[in-house]
Amino acid sequence: MAEILVLVDHVDGAVRKTTNELLTIARRLGEPSAVFIGSGAAPVEALAKFGAEKVYVVNDAEIKGYLVAPKAEVLQQVAAQANPGAILISSSAEGKEIAARLAIKLESGVITDAVDVDANGVTTQSVFAGNYTVQAKVTKGTPIITVKPNAAAPEEVAGAGAVVDTAVTISDAAKSATIVASQPRQATGRPELTEAAIVVSGGRGTGGDFTAVEALADELGAAVGASRAAVDSGWKPHTFQVGQTGKVVSPQLYVANGISGAIQHRAGMQTSKTIVAVNKDEEAPIFELVDFGVVGDLHTVLPALTNEIKTRKG
Amino acid sequence: MNIVVCVKHVPDATADRKFESDNTVDRVGVDGLLSELDEYAVEQALQLAEKNEGSEVTALCIGPAGAADAVRKALQMGADKGVHIVDDAIAGSDALATSLVLAEAIKKIGSPDIVITGMASTDAGTSLVPAALAERLGLPQVTFASVVETQGDQIRAKRDGDAATEVIGATLPVVLSVTDQTGEPRYPSFKGIMAAKKKPLDTWSLGDLGVDAGQVGLSVAWTQVEDTAARPPRTAGEIVKDEDGSGAKALADFLASKKFI
Ligand SMILES: Cc1cc2nc3c(=O)[nH]c(=O)nc-3n(C[C@H](O)[C@H](O)[C@H](O)COP(=O)(O)OP(=O)(O)OC[C@H]3O[C@@H](n4cnc5c(N)ncnc54)[C@H](O)[C@@H]3O)c2cc1C
Ligand SMILES: Nc1ncnc2c1ncn2[C@@H]1O[C@H](COP(=O)(O)O)[C@@H](O)[C@H]1O
Repeated sequence: MAEILVLVDHVDGAVRKTTNELLTIARRLGEPSAVFIGSGAAPVEALAKFGAEKVYVVNDAEIKGYLVAPKAEVLQQVAAQANPGAILISSSAEGKEIAARLAIKLESGVITDAVDVDANGVTTQSVFAGNYTVQAKVTKGTPIITVKPNAAAPEEVAGAGAVVDTAVTISDAAKSATIVASQPRQATGRPELTEAAIVVSGGRGTGGDFTAVEALADELGAAVGASRAAVDSGWKPHTFQVGQTGKVVSPQLYVANGISGAIQHRAGMQTSKTIVAVNKDEEAPIFELVDFGVVGDLHTVLPALTNEIKTRKG
Repeated sequence: MNIVVCVKHVPDATADRKFESDNTVDRVGVDGLLSELDEYAVEQALQLAEKNEGSEVTALCIGPAGAADAVRKALQMGADKGVHIVDDAIAGSDALATSLVLAEAIKKIGSPDIVITGMASTDAGTSLVPAALAERLGLPQVTFASVVETQGDQIRAKRDGDAATEVIGATLPVVLSVTDQTGEPRYPSFKGIMAAKKKPLDTWSLGDLGVDAGQVGLSVAWTQVEDTAARPPRTAGEIVKDEDGSGAKALADFLASKKFI
């Protein structure tokens, strides 16, 4: 069975959930091999737990200081050694850029933003602001597929987790864009926006006061999102933005509060399983999408809802 | 400073976008325009040119005949000249082939100090092209920039990553992609619209670039779309008016019925 390479998405060695999803998908296609690029102890056990038969460990403290290009060179070199059946990468900004460069190096086709991958390597994507579903396949070289969060339920299957220490050479050209400064993202204590089962968002209608939105989110164990209007007003950092130029989320439940439902916002949440909205304008386009909508002032409806949920939970 | 800005002509996102029977994007049946996200790239190109006297901005587009409109819009906004690449053989090309043709066109335009692109096209939206261009041109990649500064031959850009906000540094020439956080694009002025009519707009074919037609197009694309299907439209659900707290109760009932609480 061919090896399927999974580039490990991690923050200082802590494996992100998306990696477990990729390993789960890799098992459908062949034998999962994780590629860990980082310094310090590699999280071999965590990777083996979700099925990694091999873990290519590229111990390099320097790569962290450069943007994208060295990681593509690493994958190229591991691929030359492993001759994989496919390469799976998380569909983040960085992941897609690594995929682009790797595709040219390997002369292989690349598919981005897959929400599903079947055993034959046929991918499913959601396009045109979520209005279309597309099925595609790589027809040249080693398929390179970037996969969105929540594309699979991670399955725990013990893999051998055999460590393959891998030495790589990084060209000077790949080191031409350096990371001069880095400010780690502040932990919010809430679930990751793209990974959360429930997302509670606020827009311009909050008037800048997210207290009620956040209280509801915490009662539901949800992530907090924002419209671009709320982000542009400086009420929330850009990392909270849901939409075409923010995060695309597809949770079980999306709660839009004081958000009108512009096409660019829809592009980021339209494929959510269940959508509810609170908006004081009954003509707001968001109501065309909802499973349940409340016409009302979010500053009264949300606190009442949070209380109601508390009471019902007992 | 010699600046090339890549602009794509895309179907209007607010219209009913569709696919053709061969699963390529319908670029004829739906009104097209300069991709909104590439307007931010044009704006940054113009701002950089204004800060560096003697600069020249070239707007570059690959697309069918009608796509020249995207270049014209860039000229109206203030770009100095335009290049439109049209060739029937290009139809149906994927991002990798597109980046190949763009890279050859950029080489023919001359050695740029900065190649600027949008963060993603609004139709394909892969964000592959900027990184692919950096790879093909062998230039430093400075992408997803929300703030851009140059000083001499140095460039610094703020990038809001998933795990961190970073400052990326490089020495020109570079490939730069910018987000919609970089600042609102200007509208073409009346003067700009008139001036654009006299600006040079070259049309090149693959032959002009020395690209073999067999390297591009749908039939040799490295990926193949097997099926496209419109998602069933969401049907509006129940809408209630909040009166004295009734809305919160009704919503709680709904959430409970769906087992969210
Ligand atoms: C290139 C481009 C990219 C974009 N990308 C994105 C993106 O990624 N994400 C995104 O969200 N947008 C994006 N936009 C912007 C988008 O077009 C809209 O402008 C934006 O989504 C509007 O945000 P909003 O719904 O919060 O504000 P508005 O449209 O102003 O809506 C506010 C809503 O709040 C309601 N309201 C007001 N007060 C209350 C109250 N007290 N209680 C309840 N309801 C209230 C109003 O009735 C209204 O419906 C993009 C635009 C462009 C051009
Ligand atoms: N056909 C094209 N012509 C000119 N520029 C393009 C074309 N396709 C993509 N680009 C540029 O590449 C960026 C990213 O596009 P994409 O990789 O398709 O998401 C766009 O914002 C454009 O700046």
